[in-house]
Amino acid sequence: MAEKKFLTIDGNEAAAYVAYRLSEVIAIYPITPSSNMGEYADEWASKGIKNIWGTVPTVYEMQSEGGAAGAVHGSLQAGALTTTFTASQGLLLKIPNMYKIAGELTPTVFNITARTIATHALSIFGDHSDINAARQTGFAMIAAANPQEVMDFEAICWASTLRSRIPFMNFFDGFRTSHEIQKIEVIPNEVLKEMIPDELVEENRKRAMNPEKPFLRGTAQNPDVFFQNRETINTIYNACPAIVQEQMDKFAKLTGRQYKLYEYIGAEDAEYVAVIMASGGDVIRSTVDYLIKNFGEKVGVLIVRLYRPFSLETFINSLPKTTKKIAVLDRTKEPGASGEPLYLDVVDAMFRAFQNGTAPFEKMPIIVGGRYGLSSKEFTPAMAKAIFDNLKQDKPKDNFVVGINEDILNTSLEVDSKFNIESDQVFRSIFWGLGSDGTVGANKNSIKIIGENTDNYCQGYFEYDSKKSGSITISHLRFGPELIRLPYKVSHSNFVACHQTVFLEKYNVLKSIVDGGVFLLNTPLPVNEIWDSLPKSQQETIINKKVKFYAIDAQTVAEKSGMGRRINTIMQTCFFAISGVLPKEQAIEEIKKSIVKTYGKKGESIVKMNLEAVDSTLANLFEVPVPAVANANWDTFPPMSKNTPEWIARVEGAILGGYGDDVPVSAFPVDGTWPSGTAKYEKRNIALEIPTWDENLCIQCGKCALVCPHATIRIKSYDPKLLENAPATFKHTKTSDKEYAGEVYTIQIAPEDCTGCGVCVEACPVVDKKDPSRKALNMAPQPPLRANERDNWDFFLSIPEKDRNTIKTTSVRQQQMQLPLFEFSGACPGCGETPYVKMVSQLFGDRALVANATGCSSIYGANLPTTPWTKNADGRGPAWNNSLFEDNAEFGLGMRLAVDKQNEIALQLLPLFANEVGNDLINDIVNAKQITEAEINAQRDRVQIVKDKLANINTPEAKRFKMVADYLVKKSVWIIGGDGWAYDIGYGGLDHVLASGKNVNIMVLDTEVYSNTGGQMSKSSPIGAIAKFAAGGKPTNKKDLGLMAMNYGNVYVASIAFGANDNHALKAIVEAEAYEGPSIIIAYSHCIAHGIDMSHPLKNQKALVDSGQWLLYRYNPDLKAENKNPLQLDSKAPKIPVAQYMDMEIRYKMLSKINPEAYKELYKQAQTFAEDRYKYYQYLAARDNF
Amino acid sequence: MNLESKYLGYNLRSPFVLSASPIATNIDNLKRLDQHGIGAVVLHSLFEEQLIDEQFELEYHLTHGTDSFAEATSYFPNYDEFRLGPDEYLEHIRKVKAAINCPVIASLNGTSIGGWTNYAKNMQDAGADALELNIYNIPTDPNLPSAQIEDTYIRILQEVKKVINIPVAVKLSPFFTNMASMAKKFDEAGANGLVLFNRFYQPDIDLNTYSVEPKVTFSTSADNRLELRWIAILKNQIKANLAATGGIHTASDAIKMLLAGANVVQLFATLAKNGLDYLLVLNKELIGFMEEKGYNSVEEMVGVFSQKNLPNPGAYERAQYMHALSNYQLKL
Repeated sequence: MAEKKFLTIDGNEAAAYVAYRLSEVIAIYPITPSSNMGEYADEWASKGIKNIWGTVPTVYEMQSEGGAAGAVHGSLQAGALTTTFTASQGLLLKIPNMYKIAGELTPTVFNITARTIATHALSIFGDHSDINAARQTGFAMIAAANPQEVMDFEAICWASTLRSRIPFMNFFDGFRTSHEIQKIEVIPNEVLKEMIPDELVEENRKRAMNPEKPFLRGTAQNPDVFFQNRETINTIYNACPAIVQEQMDKFAKLTGRQYKLYEYIGAEDAEYVAVIMASGGDVIRSTVDYLIKNFGEKVGVLIVRLYRPFSLETFINSLPKTTKKIAVLDRTKEPGASGEPLYLDVVDAMFRAFQNGTAPFEKMPIIVGGRYGLSSKEFTPAMAKAIFDNLKQDKPKDNFVVGINEDILNTSLEVDSKFNIESDQVFRSIFWGLGSDGTVGANKNSIKIIGENTDNYCQGYFEYDSKKSGSITISHLRFGPELIRLPYKVSHSNFVACHQTVFLEKYNVLKSIVDGGVFLLNTPLPVNEIWDSLPKSQQETIINKKVKFYAIDAQTVAEKSGMGRRINTIMQTCFFAISGVLPKEQAIEEIKKSIVKTYGKKGESIVKMNLEAVDSTLANLFEVPVPAVANANWDTFPPMSKNTPEWIARVEGAILGGYGDDVPVSAFPVDGTWPSGTAKYEKRNIALEIPTWDENLCIQCGKCALVCPHATIRIKSYDPKLLENAPATFKHTKTSDKEYAGEVYTIQIAPEDCTGCGVCVEACPVVDKKDPSRKALNMAPQPPLRANERDNWDFFLSIPEKDRNTIKTTSVRQQQMQLPLFEFSGACPGCGETPYVKMVSQLFGDRALVANATGCSSIYGANLPTTPWTKNADGRGPAWNNSLFEDNAEFGLGMRLAVDKQNEIALQLLPLFANEVGNDLINDIVNAKQITEAEINAQRDRVQIVKDKLANINTPEAKRFKMVADYLVKKSVWIIGGDGWAYDIGYGGLDHVLASGKNVNIMVLDTEVYSNTGGQMSKSSPIGAIAKFAAGGKPTNKKDLGLMAMNYGNVYVASIAFGANDNHALKAIVEAEAYEGPSIIIAYSHCIAHGIDMSHPLKNQKALVDSGQWLLYRYNPDLKAENKNPLQLDSKAPKIPVAQYMDMEIRYKMLSKINPEAYKELYKQAQTFAEDRYKYYQYLAARDNF
Repeated sequence: MNLESKYLGYNLRSPFVLSASPIATNIDNLKRLDQHGIGAVVLHSLFEEQLIDEQFELEYHLTHGTDSFAEATSYFPNYDEFRLGPDEYLEHIRKVKAAINCPVIASLNGTSIGGWTNYAKNMQDAGADALELNIYNIPTDPNLPSAQIEDTYIRILQEVKKVINIPVAVKLSPFFTNMASMAKKFDEAGANGLVLFNRFYQPDIDLNTYSVEPKVTFSTSADNRLELRWIAILKNQIKANLAATGGIHTASDAIKMLLAGANVVQLFATLAKNGLDYLLVLNKELIGFMEEKGYNSVEEMVGVFSQKNLPNPGAYERAQYMHALSNYQLKL
């Protein structure tokens, strides 16, 4: 047996580690939570790491999962060992090819991070709805419970697929296993070589397509033979389970780790047995161990490894003969089925065993089925115990759920939340951090330190926020002498760290601390003020549980060390200094070593800064004296404003407070419908600084409101009389716009919603001539402003909105007075997409239907708890929906067809009411021109008159008409998504929709990468840009989507960049909407994935356009009727070199630090491309024969 | 015609030397200048400050926004190493050395003693024939005594000299109370050459944007008088070689510098404006002048008009200023 080597890695890396070493071709496409596997493979290939046969696998990104599956199929058929990684909808897109791959008996292993399939809502988290949707394809399926098994099963899958010829899926739980870090034993290459002898690879290659020995596969067959041919594979499938067990046994000989197809763990004479697969298996086995050891219970668990082909006989024989009752746990839901899939398998196995007389049991056991853990819902030992408790009942609940409160049919099992199996041998800790402070990174580092320097095993799991700004992270770390099979969050922690004081206000951070535990708080307060800053419940916990309380002012230490807001190294040092998990001196030394190792590549200065921070930390860490009694007169408070409607406060409030798990089933709508506009009730207070308005300097241009990503700067011009009840600090000045003469003007900031990004200040064109450091907007600390500005904001909202008919949408300064119907989203601070989305909501929101592709915009647009799409005072606003990633254009087109049809029905019915309504009004409605806001509002008024007149008429026709009457008012259909959708996965559909001639408006929020999944290359990525899957800089030019759309001739096309020219962006959006046909707007969106200063992104956009890297243009087919060239090139000739722009962004500049030759070459090509493209557009815009 | 010039212990084939500038970032440029017979090239400066800034910039952007959001725990590929710090510059030295024949002088602009000595050693190891220390510092602290600043300058040179054995030139600004004393101190501390003078890019106020912006303007011939004066004054008073830099645009400018006492003249703006081939014109005009005046070698020219050689040494002093000013007033 080879010498043991350990790595501290997550499940994704464990899978990729082996898959990479056993593959020659890897076709990839990003999808959460599997993206990391492709990223690892791409990274290793770019570093030249070889597989076990000495070649660097070819890693290739495709345009969709379907595309990746096609490429895998082709590569397999042409003879290369090939793999891929995916999850959820991605797996669904691969299904057609999976049937083919299996049908052709082609060995491969697909790696699946099992994830929820979107139904009433999308979820990125883990369950088995995806793998169950692929169980019929003919792929063999193996479930791994933890990162060690993921790695081991990957090898077993490859060994089995090449022997059995059946393709395999190695699946494991999304996030819970894919993202859980564990110290695991690595399979050495020699073992992999033993498992995959060369002869197997040769045999596989011999079966491949080869013109030297040609044949055909993929014929079309007829009724006479298809059926027979399909039945030929039965013996191969029958042989598969034995092959897998053989390989498991061989693997055990090589590594000492023995697995079984169906692994029973528990009492030999167990009467109550749970059946489960994947990470849930570890929860139950740990619980079973505990119950047997402490209470001698007759319980056990049968963990299903080989799910397909399901071996009935082996399964039955793996159960103890004493089994009386079985609970089968499915992590999926199949509405309408008689039971979930694993349950049905077990029932079938048992029934057949009895029918065939092979059952080893005295009596047919009772079998009940239950669901658990959907969308990564926690599955804990307490729940496992509840399952056994249920089995012990005379009439156990069948078709139960566990882990939620199902209060409609009362199918849930009762769970004793105090039940705990954690042993004292395992050290448990919880860290509350901010995304931006580096907490998670520090914890990952701590795990590595402990994993690599001690005999301890370790486990790390990280909870993230659904917001991209001011996001909270909670890290769960365990350390212990044995492999940690506890795949659930830490509930009894020895150590709790709170890295930001703001969490104390909102959450009970000490909820899980044990008696005598250690609490570490990062606080700027001096020692004598710290105790008083804690809420009452947390003071009480500290006193009652005799908690040792430490504090540090990490922010000051960080700032003094030059680390800014990142307190990672400091808090990590504190953890090691006081937790006792390692001897202090050794721990500090290891941290320092790790700093040199981690930061060495980033330069000496970074190393020095971190080392200094470690020393400085030790000098500033202190223990806080704990008084005998709690003296606080306040406690954690609900994070929603006082005027929140009841349901929103109850449901969203619970989610925000961290109690979402407790919300019962009955609280939810049955179809995924969610109220608009609830983000305004959540008061996040995440900005350290907010803008303040200087009314005397302001020139009332409106740019600040336009660029605000979160709609927290608002403008109103109004009657001065309305100021009567204004708060004392409410600011206003005379409106300078002559069309609003006599009015007063206010720019108001929403102090509790602002993220403090500062882009408004960058946008402000004013410079105080007496103090050039000031503008008309200046950032100032939020806390002292909060109370007054909250009152001012409330007063501002009470001022009526301006009559929309009086607002010109041709000028930013007036247009920005329109009410945003997209506000306070979860987008990143400084986001470059949301200003466009907000502008669309302002201009057309009250009559818009929005189809939103999956991606950043769907996540910040609709990830619970709260919803940013909102409505106006009349109750109208955008109707929003997200279908999928790949089908968004089609989804939007469908909306248009439905809107048009209902408009047609209304027009058809309207003349029937000539008597009641009058022909004049009917004619006015039928012939109404609905281009401008005023014209549309006039039509709305007409329709209202008709509705009023028909209010009491209830003939069948009148009823039908009233249901569709609103469609007589023009509706605006918006199809919104990112470049990953528009350029790649959704391009086929987008192209079809452009060709349809239908009146839809497509907004492509072009960040030039897949932003939401972490910056992978798309076909929109520019040449030379570094992105994931383009680690060496993208070698090819950006696809010219606009040019392709223009080729149709009847599509309105615009390319805009608000940071370079906001008026142009506005004009294009207004024109696109007015155009009675398909429109596409390609909107440049700066992004956190570009490596730019997100508080000054506008200068990047200016340079982008000045360099010619991005062109501003509008192609309006309507101009042809005026005998004008439809293309207007609005960009001036490039005035700075492209390199000057590119060097402003790390995504380009970093290439100079990695591959200076490629950097120079790609920069040169980028310059040529920009120049040639400008010339071509110039030619197109100037020609007469358009 | 013998154009050979002695500078930093080398017999250069010409007194024309490329000044530290962006021209040196491109090896093809250097190859052309080498073919045109340039005496030596000074590479663009390695700015320690910039290197540190780049490290912080990279660190910031590679960590910003990471581990915050479940779907995007990072935004860039993970690399094992970056070519940071002086690596790229040192690689450039190696490549330039391999590509051209004339001496290659590396240029260093540091901010810390550690930085100066580490990078200087690295540059020597990478093959630089000499080093030009560009001590660029604008002291703004009113409590900082001048003597302390001057001591720091000398200490930097001493520290650098301790760790390397290739010749070292110091590029100076003219803003010392006693330039001559400073030059002597550098001389005593072991400077093999003084490069006069460093030209600061002075800031400007943009009245449109109402902001202060760095203004990059090329020098003109009028800018070279200051160094002309000091070269003439220092010639023969110190052992170190003298290099003139700033405002040398024409052969006449260069000739004047040589006559004043410069061993070499450094060029940038004129090559940037007129093209690299302009070096051929300068060579030709220098030779023409020498032929006309009957010089056989550049060596013969150097220092002819130095202060020590002049019958009226006051020409480079205050008396000359008063004279010039009174003439100017007369023209009014």
